[in-house]
Amino acid sequence: MVSSQTTTQSPSVQSQSAATMAPNSPVPSAAVPAATDTQPPVPSPSEIDFSCRLPLLVLFLSGAVWLLIASAFALIGSIKFHAPDFLAGTPWLTYGRVRPAFIDSLLYGFCIQAGLGVSLWLLARLGQTRLNRRWAVTAGAAVWNLGLTIGVVGILWGDSSGFAGFEIPRYAIPLMFMGYVMLAFGSVVVFNQRRRRELFVSEWFLLAALFWFPWILSTAALLLDASPVRGVVQAIISWWYSSNLQTVWLGLVGLAAVFYMLPKLLARPLHTRYLALFTFWTLILFGTWTGVPASAPVPAWIPALSTAATVLTLLTIIAVAVSFYQTACDRSADALVRSSDQPAVKAQARTRTSALLSSPERLALWFVTWGVLGFIVAGVMRVLSTLPGLSETLGLTWFTPAQSMLNLYGFFSLVMFGAIYHILPGVIGIQFPSTRRVRAHFWLALSGIALVVLPLAGAGILEGVELQNPARAFVEISSATLPFLRVSTLGDLVIAAGHVLFSWTLAELVLKCYRARAVSAYKTATADLFHPVEVKS
Amino acid sequence: MNHGPVIFLAAFLALTASWFGFVLMPDIQVGGLQQTNMVGVAATYPVERPGLAREGLDVYRANGCASCHSQQVRQSGTVCNVVMTDAGTNRVAVIDVLTQELPDTSRSEIEQMLVGLPKTVLKGSDRPKANRMVRALKSSGAKSSLSIVPVGPDIARGWGKRQTVAEDFLYDDPVMLGSQRIGPDLANVGLREPDARWEYLHLYAPRLEVKGSIMPPFRYLFDERKIGQAPSPDALALPPDLAPPHGYEIVPTRKAQGLVAYLLSLQATAPLFNAPLTVPPSAEPTAQTNAPSKNP
Ligand code: HEC
Repeated sequence: MVSSQTTTQSPSVQSQSAATMAPNSPVPSAAVPAATDTQPPVPSPSEIDFSCRLPLLVLFLSGAVWLLIASAFALIGSIKFHAPDFLAGTPWLTYGRVRPAFIDSLLYGFCIQAGLGVSLWLLARLGQTRLNRRWAVTAGAAVWNLGLTIGVVGILWGDSSGFAGFEIPRYAIPLMFMGYVMLAFGSVVVFNQRRRRELFVSEWFLLAALFWFPWILSTAALLLDASPVRGVVQAIISWWYSSNLQTVWLGLVGLAAVFYMLPKLLARPLHTRYLALFTFWTLILFGTWTGVPASAPVPAWIPALSTAATVLTLLTIIAVAVSFYQTACDRSADALVRSSDQPAVKAQARTRTSALLSSPERLALWFVTWGVLGFIVAGVMRVLSTLPGLSETLGLTWFTPAQSMLNLYGFFSLVMFGAIYHILPGVIGIQFPSTRRVRAHFWLALSGIALVVLPLAGAGILEGVELQNPARAFVEISSATLPFLRVSTLGDLVIAAGHVLFSWTLAELVLKCYRARAVSAYKTATADLFHPVEVKS
Repeated sequence: MNHGPVIFLAAFLALTASWFGFVLMPDIQVGGLQQTNMVGVAATYPVERPGLAREGLDVYRANGCASCHSQQVRQSGTVCNVVMTDAGTNRVAVIDVLTQELPDTSRSEIEQMLVGLPKTVLKGSDRPKANRMVRALKSSGAKSSLSIVPVGPDIARGWGKRQTVAEDFLYDDPVMLGSQRIGPDLANVGLREPDARWEYLHLYAPRLEVKGSIMPPFRYLFDERKIGQAPSPDALALPPDLAPPHGYEIVPTRKAQGLVAYLLSLQATAPLFNAPLTVPPSAEPTAQTNAPSKNP
């Protein structure tokens, strides 16, 4: 198969660190004997990529379409803060329906699909196995998309479940569950057949995520939809579900990609594996207990426990920050390479910086780096908004959506964009048609996120502070937040423009790939007619 | 060494622990919640919302009112007031007690307190002090009672008389507490705006009732129809620029009726042991007599 520049590993670093740093390095090292003699040879990276092509294309392309749909809903919702009468006569476009439709399209349409695609590829690459259940996975993606389409149409129709972050109507959930199970099944089989037995940290994160989502989804589906529990237990479960999805699941998958991509793109080993594992344990120990706001009308121990757990997620955030800093800024790894007596290693070290400057890999690195920053800031915002003393002011204001937008866009989506830009060329076997477009997408995404998150957070702080003063009429306060909300419309627009570029790049790559395949298929089919002798030789 | 299974088990436990804590435990504790007795009133709480209001909950859900409205009233604490209901016969003794208990109050103000009872003589104090005062007043022959008043910005804003608690939502399905206040908290909107006509007009054209409102209108919850023999009693009284063509009227659909019934049923004020609150004896009928405040 076509093996492009981007997918070949840096052999120098690989041989250098094989013995000492194998578990730290996402680059499978040839020095570790993975296969016994009876097994067929380990497939090459491009073979693995090729085996994942169809499902990845389906997942990423439909994710891109959902991004566009989500942006359209976001814009409609946002414009209503300029003109409340905008589309108000259409029941299915009222604010209370397009807003959940936006969040769910973004969350289930893009985040989860892109996350599953990236997980699948990571597991295949890290485990050095081909994906053999291509059709099961592709069918799973189709079923998931069908379920989600029914779900989002249902929300617009007025069948929302009423639970924030879980508005998908009950009749669409079984399809989505089935689709997920089929998708995850492919990943689990890949993991099970892995050739490299020792686990890289990303594999821990991915396995936990694969297992956890069906657990929380079925809990929510059974206890909120099928046979609803009584009273505020519903609210507790829905908070638990959505924070486990948005904090834990997205955290696990996003960080798995970060811990793989950072060392890979920097061509350095992950600084320490233990810190990454510490991130893993703190995330699943504390992140899972978050989500219940201090104001919740439930027995006091529940919000208290949730607040304590949220504060403890600072450990995760610090660990990620340190890991990132040490991996990205660790010069000792470079020194190791530089002092090496292998000429190839030295040459690579010299050219690396300049090579990265122009390559699409560098753009992927930008996305991932800013994604990590988004993770850190979103995490700190989450802690701030639950701290006693601050939660009374920041809770129930625009600060909450600012935080969740930063988590969804500024952390997870950015990391996924980086990963997809890193993965796709190899999977398709074509270089980027235009790195300028990718660069433009990067800047649009970044400025759009800033233009959404900063104004919303500002509106939240303003609203929170003003609401403390009972003499201030509510309408005055909501008018004071309007300028902020209107700036965020601009942000939504810029983000949408970025999504258009992203989808365009994806579509173009896919078209090129299939056109190339069609042409070569045509050539082989017709070769006999024109050059019968040559072909045989 | 193969730590695989051990690690897997540990990760499994770490994840599912939260399920036991935040799904199973609350279901055992809160899911089994029953009606409780109100404090000081011989009634149980809560009672199920009437049928029309339950239909309205569904309209509230379908239209995503919870994306803009919370139903979580917060309180930062409670204070005690002492309300004197009867000064008794020994005015001098009562004035003595009051002077002693309220050193910062002038003599003439204290004398004023005895006129036009019942009156709040001690405001915003802590419990021991209020108790002491009630006892002292009793020994001087006056009658007084101690009332517990929740405080906090939400309560000062008139969004509720006390914080919302689990009992308030016992019979709702789904429970929609909301996460954001783009609009005011609605946990007690039935107290603030008890007038159905106000609610209808507000839903039809929010800016008609509240200047500068950014709430979207919900005109699709209303029907325009030809006036029959006589105008129907619940037709909206609209200003000329919004009024339907001559011979037509705007009436709420069943959905709007349900929604408004639900909104009017939102009154979480029952005094409970875990959310104490003393209903002031004089303030019982406020909900009917107070004109609805336009700007909460
Ligand atoms: C885009 C956000 C938004 C949505 C959606 C929304 N509202 Fe509002 N609502 C507001 C704002 C802002 C106010 C405050 C200004 C006003 O009173 O009109 C308000 C006020 C109210 C009030 C008056 C509260 C008071 O204290 O006087 C009621 C009642 C109300 N809304 C009910 C509803 C219902 C019922 C729905 C769903 C059908 C709904 N709202 C949907 C934003 C919204």
